[in-house]
Amino acid sequence: MAVNTCQLITGIDNAKWRIQGIPDDLAEQQKRGEAFFGQRGINMHTTCTPYQVGNVPVLGEHCAWMESSAVVYCNSVLGARTNTEGKESTGAAALTGRIPYWGFHLDINRRGTHLVEVAIPVEDIMDWGLLGYWLGEIVQDEIPVLTGALIRPMLIKLKHFGAAASSSGGVEMYHLPGTTPEARSVEEAFAGRPIADTLHFGPSERRRAYENLNCASERKIDFVMLGCPHNSIEQVWLIASLLEGRRLNPDTALWVHTPRALRDTAERNGYVRMIEEAGGVVMSDTCPAISRHLPKGVRTFATDSAKQAHYLPAISGVQAWFGSVRDCVEAAITGTWNGRLQ
Amino acid sequence: MSDATPRMIVLHGRRVVGGSAEGEALVTRQTISGWGGINERDGTIIERRHELRGQSFNGRVLVFPGAKGSSGWSAYFHMARLNGVAPAAMIFTRMTTKVALGAVVTRAPAITALDQDPLSVIETGDWVRVDADRGVVEVTKR
Repeated sequence: MAVNTCQLITGIDNAKWRIQGIPDDLAEQQKRGEAFFGQRGINMHTTCTPYQVGNVPVLGEHCAWMESSAVVYCNSVLGARTNTEGKESTGAAALTGRIPYWGFHLDINRRGTHLVEVAIPVEDIMDWGLLGYWLGEIVQDEIPVLTGALIRPMLIKLKHFGAAASSSGGVEMYHLPGTTPEARSVEEAFAGRPIADTLHFGPSERRRAYENLNCASERKIDFVMLGCPHNSIEQVWLIASLLEGRRLNPDTALWVHTPRALRDTAERNGYVRMIEEAGGVVMSDTCPAISRHLPKGVRTFATDSAKQAHYLPAISGVQAWFGSVRDCVEAAITGTWNGRLQ
Repeated sequence: MSDATPRMIVLHGRRVVGGSAEGEALVTRQTISGWGGINERDGTIIERRHELRGQSFNGRVLVFPGAKGSSGWSAYFHMARLNGVAPAAMIFTRMTTKVALGAVVTRAPAITALDQDPLSVIETGDWVRVDADRGVVEVTKR
C-alpha cells in the first residue's frame, strides 16, 4: 500500500462465525484473504470505527475514507479531510496514495451552512442519536453548526450523533463550536458564509425522530443488538455492569459488537465473561446490517443505535425498537420492549 | 397543437459519465441510499420511509437530488449493474463524491448541473433521452 491503510468492518466474525450462521468455508476464505492483504500492509482493524483503535489522523491530514459514520467523525471531530469515498476509490487510493482534490479537502467547502439551536438538554447517547437522526433528514449533506444544550460531547456521543445524521441524511461534516477543532465560535464555523437556515431542536423534533425510528408493533423482543457503530470499551463496561448477576430471557439473543482490539481489552477486564455469563455474545469484525446475518427467526429487534434501527428493517425485513442502552438491556432480560421517550 | 401532441423539453447540463441512453423517467425529490436503501438484485428502493419504496429503477432514467447515507452507495449500484438491473441513465442535482463514484461504476450515462431543475421539469413516466457526451437531456412529456 502506498499509504497507511486499514480494513473496514467485514461480514464475518473471525471467531464467532458459527453463531452468525456462516458456513466454515466462507470464514476460512475470509481468513486467507486477510492473510494475503495483511502482508501487503492493509491493517486488519476490521471495524467501522478505525479511530477507536489507533487509526487517528491529525488536523488537516488528507484521507480517503469510506464508512459514512467514520467519514463524518474524521472531518468533524478530528479535523482531518475526506470525502465519502467508496470501495472502488478507497482501493485505488490505497494503491496510489492519491484521491481527487475537491469537496471536503478544500477549506472553502468546510464552512457551516445551517445554524442549529438545541433547546433541550442532549446528554445521553440516545438523545445524541435522536438529534442526529432528525438533523440529517433536514440538512441532507449540508454542514450544520450546533449550539445550545449539548451536554459533555465526547467520542461515544459524537460517534452516535454522526452515524445517525449520515443515515437519515448525508452529513459529512458538522461544527460544534468550542468542541470540534475547526471552530472555536459560531462565527468561525461559518467563516463569512451566509447562514442558509436556522433550525430548532426541541421536544417535538425529538419525538418526531423517535417515532420515525420506532417502526415495531410487536413488543416481544427476539434480538438485541448493541454496538453500531462498534462499541468503545466504556460502552462494553456499561453493558457488562447492567448485566451483572442477571440472566437474559431464554428466547432473546444479545449481541454486543466492539472492535477486535477492544474485545481483547474487554476480555482482560472480565467484561466479556460478565456478558457471557448473562447469556450474551461479544462479537467483533462485523454487525448484522453488514453481514445480513441475524439470529434465526428474528422478527423484532431492539438497539441503542439510530443507524442500525434505520437500516436493519430495510435490509432484513425485521421490526425495530430504538431506545437507550438501559432500555435495550432490560428488553434482553425480560424479552419485552418497555422503552419509551422520557 | 392538439393536446395529444407530445411536448418536448430540452435541458442542457454537464456530463458526469459519457454515453447516451433513453427510457421512462423515475423521479424523486428524496435522496437515495445505496447500501441499505436499494435491493441490488432487482433495482428496487427498499428504504422504509422512501416515497419510491418498492419501485424499481431497472432500465429507467433515474432523476433524483443525489446520494445520502452509507458509503456503500457505489458498491450497491455497482452490483446492480453486474446484476443487469441498473438505471439506463442518471440525472441528479447535487454533486458529491458518493454519487459521482456511484455513477462511474454504474457505467450509466449521467448528467448534473442542468440549466433547468430536472426535478420540476421531468415527471415519472416521461420519456427521457440522455446524451451525456453532448450534455443534452430531451424530455418528452407523456
